[in-house]
Amino acid sequence: MDEWLAETIGGGIGYWAEKLVGLILDHGQPTLDAIAAVVDGFGGAIDGALLGAPPWALGAVIVAAAFWRVGKGFALFTALALGAIFAMGLWEPTASTLGLVLASTALSLLAGVPLGIWMARSRAADGVGRTLLDFMQTMPAFVYLIPAVMFFGLGRVPGIIATVIFAMPPAVRLTALGIRQVPPELVEAGRAFGCRDHQLLFKVQLPNALPSIMAGVNQTMMMALSMIVVASMIGAGGLGNVVLQGIQRLDIGLGVESGLSVVLLAIVIDRITQSFGKMR
Amino acid sequence: MEVRRLRKVFADDPRPALALLDSGASKAEVLRRLNVNVGVVDASFDIRAGEIFVIMGLSGSGKSTMVRLLNRLIEPSGGDIRLDGRNLTRLPKRDLVEVLRRDMSMVFQSFALLPNRSALENAAFGLEVAGVDKATRRDAALRALEQVGLGAYAARYPRELSGGMQQRVGLARALAKNPTIMLMDEAFSALDPLIRTEMQNELLRLQREQARTIVFISHDAEEAMRIADRIAVMEDGRIVQIGTPAEILREPADDYVRAFFRGVDSSRVLRARDLARCDGTTVLLEDSDDRRPALRRLSELGAGYGYVRDPSGRFRGILSRDGADLLAVEPAAGDAPVHALLRRVATSPCPLPVVDGEGLFLGVVSRAALLETLDRGGLGDG
Repeated sequence: MDEWLAETIGGGIGYWAEKLVGLILDHGQPTLDAIAAVVDGFGGAIDGALLGAPPWALGAVIVAAAFWRVGKGFALFTALALGAIFAMGLWEPTASTLGLVLASTALSLLAGVPLGIWMARSRAADGVGRTLLDFMQTMPAFVYLIPAVMFFGLGRVPGIIATVIFAMPPAVRLTALGIRQVPPELVEAGRAFGCRDHQLLFKVQLPNALPSIMAGVNQTMMMALSMIVVASMIGAGGLGNVVLQGIQRLDIGLGVESGLSVVLLAIVIDRITQSFGKMR
Repeated sequence: MEVRRLRKVFADDPRPALALLDSGASKAEVLRRLNVNVGVVDASFDIRAGEIFVIMGLSGSGKSTMVRLLNRLIEPSGGDIRLDGRNLTRLPKRDLVEVLRRDMSMVFQSFALLPNRSALENAAFGLEVAGVDKATRRDAALRALEQVGLGAYAARYPRELSGGMQQRVGLARALAKNPTIMLMDEAFSALDPLIRTEMQNELLRLQREQARTIVFISHDAEEAMRIADRIAVMEDGRIVQIGTPAEILREPADDYVRAFFRGVDSSRVLRARDLARCDGTTVLLEDSDDRRPALRRLSELGAGYGYVRDPSGRFRGILSRDGADLLAVEPAAGDAPVHALLRRVATSPCPLPVVDGEGLFLGVVSRAALLETLDRGGLGDG
């Protein structure tokens, strides 16, 4: 009985999953190519800008952002952190990783914020959306790495897409939460003064949900950073690649240096994006 | 604004509850039998242009629901709301929005200002939503802020303002688009007593400058008495009485209404004209150069004095039986609050004459009438 169950149902699910992937590969190639072209173009542009800029210029921009958003002390820390990364000879992979994180975050927000808005407004969308988000957050990343590679080949594109799948949920959840938490009397005021739905959204709900949405952006970036090693396994490059090299060669020095670079980059990104979540 | 048979039940399918209500069931009965909450039971009333119409009741009496039915923040389950010949309850959403943008505004108990906007931007909100261009709405918003005395605070954000000032911004936001109807939901209830009185005066001042139709929700009897032209008292979703403050004080419809206004100092609500009357003991005399007919009349009636009017009804003075001359007594103005008359009535040898703005004689206030009124108004505990 158990075996029968396992074969018909369990085997069935596996069977259908394979079928589905096969079907997409056979018939969806033009769509996949189009997606790949867009993602590659977008990711490539960001990458190109970050790697093309001289290190001192990019560094100066980041330090300036740290100074503007957080303060003098943190700007100093940022300068030291970036200096250390440069001194360890890891500037290029770090910039590349930053590019991957920015591209994934941008795509996550592009898809995640509208989805969050929709979930806040519709009970049905909320129900389906939650389940989907649970899937995205808990399904082990390696499971969707395989189809991602089959669909998009190795390189930057599957790396970004896998990162988006993993990092998007907080942006969705915190957008929906933020909109639901807008005080009901503000929504009433909007309606009483004759707001149409889109006016209510853009003039009342989104501005008041902004701290929550920015917390979502922060979380999305942190999760994107935590995906870089996994993403580099399918050729996304960057710091993740260096970490992998360290592991493969049992090079403790390289491992620690690259790991430290990830941590420093994370601290800088975290503090700067967090500052946007605070209402001034 | 005319409201007819307005009803609200909170149910996905309102029909069974409405049917039960129509058969005369109370709010409690509908809740027990159908587990449906009733907001408003069959309310019909007219709100006159330019008046302050106060809807009052305890919390849970349905007054907040009522005001939200008027602009359909809550959808009515049945009934009509007519404004300028249009039936708001039947209006499609798209047209309703136009009415809300042009004719109605609302002031909230919790102020409900947008925290990310300055006072000026908040005041301009209604006009912005309606698509008015930037320069025009800026001017209108600034004028509205100046009207409520906040012209100097236009650039401040709500969190930088005190509660009273925030509500002034809320008031400015409501005034800026120059609405014909303002809905005020417990607008001053969150303010401390001193500021509340100040805001009430402010509202009365604004109303003197330009009379708007105001629907004001309150649970505070003193407040209602101070600002209302007319009051509707609600209990359990029903309107139990509608009338002027004086009418409600003089003849409360039931014990609920009586209890509600028990604490109110009626001498501040009632005016001299409300008490002025002529009864059997009030002798009215025609003014003429020859006093003899009048004196003769007094002695016929056995009265000590009489109130003399000229042929058009203006008060001239009091004629005493033992004096041939008119006593020039300063009459009380009809609009004077009763509490301002207490000393005069108490010390006057005869009931105090009351005249209206034109000098026409309205009647007299006797000590007995005054005491009786004060007692009924709740100074006594009976």
